[in-house]
Amino acid sequence: MHANTLVHKLWMAFTGLFLCFFLVIHLLGNLQLLLPAERAQLQFNAYSHLLSGNILIKIISYVLYASIILHVVYALIITLQNRAANDKGYAKDNRGQVSKWYSRNMGVLGTIILIFLVIHFRDYWYVYKFGHLPLDSNGDKDLYTLVVSSFQEGWYVCLYVLCMWALGFHLLHGFYSATRTLGVYHPKYVRWLKQFGWLYTGCITLGFTLIPIYVYFVNH
Amino acid sequence: MQVFLKIWRQAGPSDAGKLVDYSLDNISEEMSFLDMLDTLNDMLTRKGEMPVEFDHDCREGICGQCGVMINGRAHGPLKNTTTCQLHMRSFKNGDTIYIEPFRASSFPIKRDLKVDRSAFDKIIQSGGFITERTGQAPEANDIPIPFETAEEAFDAAACIGCGACVAVCKNSSAALFTAAKITHLALLPQGKYESQKRVLNMVNTMDEQGFGHCSNTEACEAECPQQISVLHIARMNYEFNKALVLKK
Repeated sequence: MHANTLVHKLWMAFTGLFLCFFLVIHLLGNLQLLLPAERAQLQFNAYSHLLSGNILIKIISYVLYASIILHVVYALIITLQNRAANDKGYAKDNRGQVSKWYSRNMGVLGTIILIFLVIHFRDYWYVYKFGHLPLDSNGDKDLYTLVVSSFQEGWYVCLYVLCMWALGFHLLHGFYSATRTLGVYHPKYVRWLKQFGWLYTGCITLGFTLIPIYVYFVNH
Repeated sequence: MQVFLKIWRQAGPSDAGKLVDYSLDNISEEMSFLDMLDTLNDMLTRKGEMPVEFDHDCREGICGQCGVMINGRAHGPLKNTTTCQLHMRSFKNGDTIYIEPFRASSFPIKRDLKVDRSAFDKIIQSGGFITERTGQAPEANDIPIPFETAEEAFDAAACIGCGACVAVCKNSSAALFTAAKITHLALLPQGKYESQKRVLNMVNTMDEQGFGHCSNTEACEAECPQQISVLHIARMNYEFNKALVLKK
């Protein structure tokens, strides 16, 4: 049987939910940045070192890269097919009145997140892996200072916060939509998952928004 | 009241169409939307022009024949209403009303506001039935079906196939239409046996007919005249995933 629309959606759901899971781990790790400066520095750097050396984390990181790529590739395939299915629009179009704006603009939100990811990887991941970072007193690469100093720039913090809100709206629809694709149809669990989706999105968005703002104001 | 109309006119499937302006006086607000179009066509015929073609049949919201895009909304500004059940009291004196056909690559325009929805028939033909010949109506109590299940199946079976779900969908997805038939039959004992084959065939046909993906915007449920729930789409996905795992 040829791959059809629902199979495409399943790939979106699986990769998307894995990315949702990853965000939780990422946020929990980042919360260490909220500790008092000296402790945060040593602990965050030790944590980064631990992650970069672990074989299990290495495997998960490859799954993560693959998930991001697949999520983007399938999003493109889906978007192109949807364009073909709806080739001519309406002269007067008020269809937006009956659905949420973020549910109709997942591609736009996703593109913002992708651009953000490029910047994010360039500024931290690339520098950590291939750049020359000074070492802290424990002999770990000093990622903490790199992160904290980058959040001294007001515009950079604003960029981060805006991208996190784009991520938030993407998650708000994406998480719920993924559970629908997986086939949760019982009204009770649909309701629970919707509420859980709100809670999850709220925690992730607020958490990732709070960190740069906190770091910015503590050092000003 | 007076209304200004901008109506999509297209002579045939391969002709280029355009919006044409008309104005109508003496429209009463008790008129249905289709009465208003009849009044326009009456005027056009008297002037020797071609009337605006649109589909309609029962004019009481149960046949699924009528359906146009009115001011950018499927079946007009009200939720869960067919075009024929919309009345001119939903508009104000002096309003400009855009009337366009339901648009989707899978719904080619035949003429003016009339579209070819036979892609829906193809989906039903690929599995929206029970293969077994049932003969005469059997004794009703032979196969026990709980009241709630019967009601749930009937809610799905209430789909009139008007195509508003496709017209309002940003992806022109036929997910709600297809899902309604799949759930309707999957819920009932007679339909259960073929549910795996049915869901795979119907979903494949839905794709072959060129409908898009479901993005779960849920606009279809808001416009559906029969208020078919999007949870049927979830049920279709469940049946499809189950079939993917279990098929030999």
